[in-house]
Amino acid sequence: MDFTIFLIQVLNALQYGLLLFLVAIGLTLVFGIMGIINLAHGSFYMLGAYAAFVLTSLTGNLFAAIALGIPLAFVFGVVLEKLLFSHLYKRDHLEQVLLTYGLILIFEELRSLTVGDDVHGVPIPELFAFSIQLSDVMSYPAYRLVVSVVCIVLAIGLYFLIQRSRLGMMIRAGSHDRDMVQALGINIKTLYAVVFAIGVSLAALAGMLAAPLSSVYPGMGFSVLIISFVVVVIGGVGSVWGALVAALIIGFADTFGKVLVPEWAGLAVYLVMAMVLLWRPEGIFRKG
Amino acid sequence: MAEPVLEATGLTRHFGGLAANLDVHLSLETGVLHALLGPNGAGKSTCINMLSGDLPPTRGTIRYRGRDITRLTAHQRSRVGIGRSYQRTNIFAQFTALENCRLAAQSRNQRPWRIFTDALRFTDTLERARAALVEAGLGARENVIAGTLSHGEQRQLEIAMVLATDAQVLLLDEPLAGMGSDESAQMVDLLKRLKQSRAILLVEHDMDAVFAVADRITVMVNGVVLESGPPEQIRASREVQEAYLGENAEEEGAHV
Amino acid sequence: MSENLTRAFKLAALLALAAFPFYGTDFYTEVVAKILILAIFAMSLDLLVGFTGLVSFGHAAYFGLAAYMAVLLSPPDFTPASLWTLMPLAMLAAGLAAFVIGLFVLRTKGIYFIMVTLAFAQMAYFIFHDTKLGGGSDGIYLDVRPTAAIGGYTPFDLYDTVHLYFFVLVLMVLVYLFLSRLLRSPFGRVLVGIRSNEHRMQSLGYATFWYKLAAFTIAGTLAGLAGFLYAVLFGFVTPEYLSWHKSGQVLLMVILGGMGNLAGAIAGAFVFVGLQETFTDLTKHWQLLMGGVIVLVVLFMPGGLAALPGRILNRLRKEGRNG
Repeated sequence: MDFTIFLIQVLNALQYGLLLFLVAIGLTLVFGIMGIINLAHGSFYMLGAYAAFVLTSLTGNLFAAIALGIPLAFVFGVVLEKLLFSHLYKRDHLEQVLLTYGLILIFEELRSLTVGDDVHGVPIPELFAFSIQLSDVMSYPAYRLVVSVVCIVLAIGLYFLIQRSRLGMMIRAGSHDRDMVQALGINIKTLYAVVFAIGVSLAALAGMLAAPLSSVYPGMGFSVLIISFVVVVIGGVGSVWGALVAALIIGFADTFGKVLVPEWAGLAVYLVMAMVLLWRPEGIFRKG
Repeated sequence: MAEPVLEATGLTRHFGGLAANLDVHLSLETGVLHALLGPNGAGKSTCINMLSGDLPPTRGTIRYRGRDITRLTAHQRSRVGIGRSYQRTNIFAQFTALENCRLAAQSRNQRPWRIFTDALRFTDTLERARAALVEAGLGARENVIAGTLSHGEQRQLEIAMVLATDAQVLLLDEPLAGMGSDESAQMVDLLKRLKQSRAILLVEHDMDAVFAVADRITVMVNGVVLESGPPEQIRASREVQEAYLGENAEEEGAHV
Repeated sequence: MSENLTRAFKLAALLALAAFPFYGTDFYTEVVAKILILAIFAMSLDLLVGFTGLVSFGHAAYFGLAAYMAVLLSPPDFTPASLWTLMPLAMLAAGLAAFVIGLFVLRTKGIYFIMVTLAFAQMAYFIFHDTKLGGGSDGIYLDVRPTAAIGGYTPFDLYDTVHLYFFVLVLMVLVYLFLSRLLRSPFGRVLVGIRSNEHRMQSLGYATFWYKLAAFTIAGTLAGLAGFLYAVLFGFVTPEYLSWHKSGQVLLMVILGGMGNLAGAIAGAFVFVGLQETFTDLTKHWQLLMGGVIVLVVLFMPGGLAALPGRILNRLRKEGRNG
């Protein structure tokens, strides 16, 4: 493989892995802290992408769409947590699976009713609508780099939020031992709602960032959900940094799988998961 | 001294940097009730978990009638003849008392291939289950749903299940926990009967009960064995009194 | 309900099902045949979810795999395959896949198990969706239905809708009887014990992993039977048969009927298809209504349909006392 092509693939793998990480954060935190399996998490990614499409056509700019979309997603997350998910904390996993499965159907149909079932493209913001020349014939779209940089900045921000802030302390305590948080006298209801809404916002942001890259299509939420599950399984439930490492592993496995064995690339990710399961059934960064 | 049935040597378990058990030696013989004493956090649970196979030891060996069983899993040790009861009642709450014991008895002859025969038609299993219920003093309660039995009866059922597996070694984790004095007295009688034909390790807080039934006592403190010997020796040991008995006597008083 | 009453009710339901093709049109006979096949599928999943406590969200993989086998193992030249070899082979393939996947997924528990079963099913989905193995994303046709001929004698003809209906009905009853038997056997008792308290089963001396693997394999094999029949009934197979939608739907049937109740699983299949048919008549966006029903069932109807008579009786009794 030519070095430039290799470099391009590495950049693609990083960008894909980092986007997956954004989606997986919410899943792994909601598992780890609230003990909830949320199949509808992929729908937040889908809704984010469609929101990007609608808001970009209204405002004319993806960044304006994101600026509007994030607060919307946060509020949506809080409302959803209060209305539905707060009823699921004491239920078993089966009921959680079922209710969130029902939510996927509802979200998809609401999307279909309001925006329709067509595939849409979202324009790359003009500011970044150029390519960087890597060699005489090869170039790399600047927007993809921007997406990676945004994700890295968010990851660093998240690191400080989790390691240094009071909220982060509660999150760490919660994903380690749920009962402990209650013993510490933390307002668990607020914590849950905030964590859930952060997860929704990050997944929606990932969808908005990805919209110009992958176009916007029905069912996009579910494929990302399954891959995020694989990420969480590999990384270990509740571990944010495990999710980061796992997301990058998956990013590389998928990207290079597509280059090396195009027809069977869909399997590469699952083979990685199967191997990790044999090695460590509870993920690489399992606790205890 | 009789040949030991179960013998642990140099048993050690680290949790992170902490040694929960360090170089513990224990041996159990048929007809002998061996009690394991120690204040909370002394490592008694870790020890019993290693013996039953619920927790792998960091170092050390466990032998059953001379055979090294250190690497066997919990279910394999049960098949060898080691049965354990749990500190927190661990029964099948939705099943009848009889079905609890029947499942335990069935583990000796599992017959997984007989998928077309009703399990209740294997009379050897049923009889063994009933015998265990009778031996544990629950003969009249076989059709009661286990979850609705009284606390004391659930503790008895816990032991009946171990008996139904025909275990030669009983590892009993605080069978008297949470019992009233009448129930305790009954349990002590039961333990006396049981030890005649089996080797028993008893982890227990209730001093009176321990000194009433134990033939040998091992005292653990901070993960190491402080002293081991017959009850008179333990009672007379100054070290034990300083480290454990005096302080615990107050604690026990406060509990009751 | 007393045991005799339940038995009488089941018998009456069976008689009604047996009489159905003589009164209904061919269209409705096919709809009910489809429901009976889905009932087999739901019962196979109930063995895992309801009786062993394993929440598999990837059960469609075995259903779809066997459906593909029905096509791929049929001779390519429009000569019918023999039912008596094709059906066992399709089931065997599904069972084998369940065995191998089970070796991986049963190493995990709880939330992990749900995610990993889903992920493996999705992997199977992609095998058929992305490769040319079974016609890619368009699916593939089963050109001819298999023949039931043994030697020169043909006991029934699968091209006759009524014959096919009765073949399916008999198989469904056999699966019901098989699973009821199985659950009363020593093996079945162990499965129920695992659901109740797996750790205790281990300390009693059961190698629970192998019991769970056996249950997983049996469930996969029976799901394969359902998938095979589905392919025969509809004459074509698409990757959608293996999709998470199918896995979710069959899980929903089990829940609607009340877990751990074989007759409930059958009822669940009827209710699910009934709702589906009603909603699709109402609107193109029927999944919106289905999603709403699911959310409401989870929030307000724990225990499913099987618990409903008891709940209604309780309510009536309470009101009777108050009134």
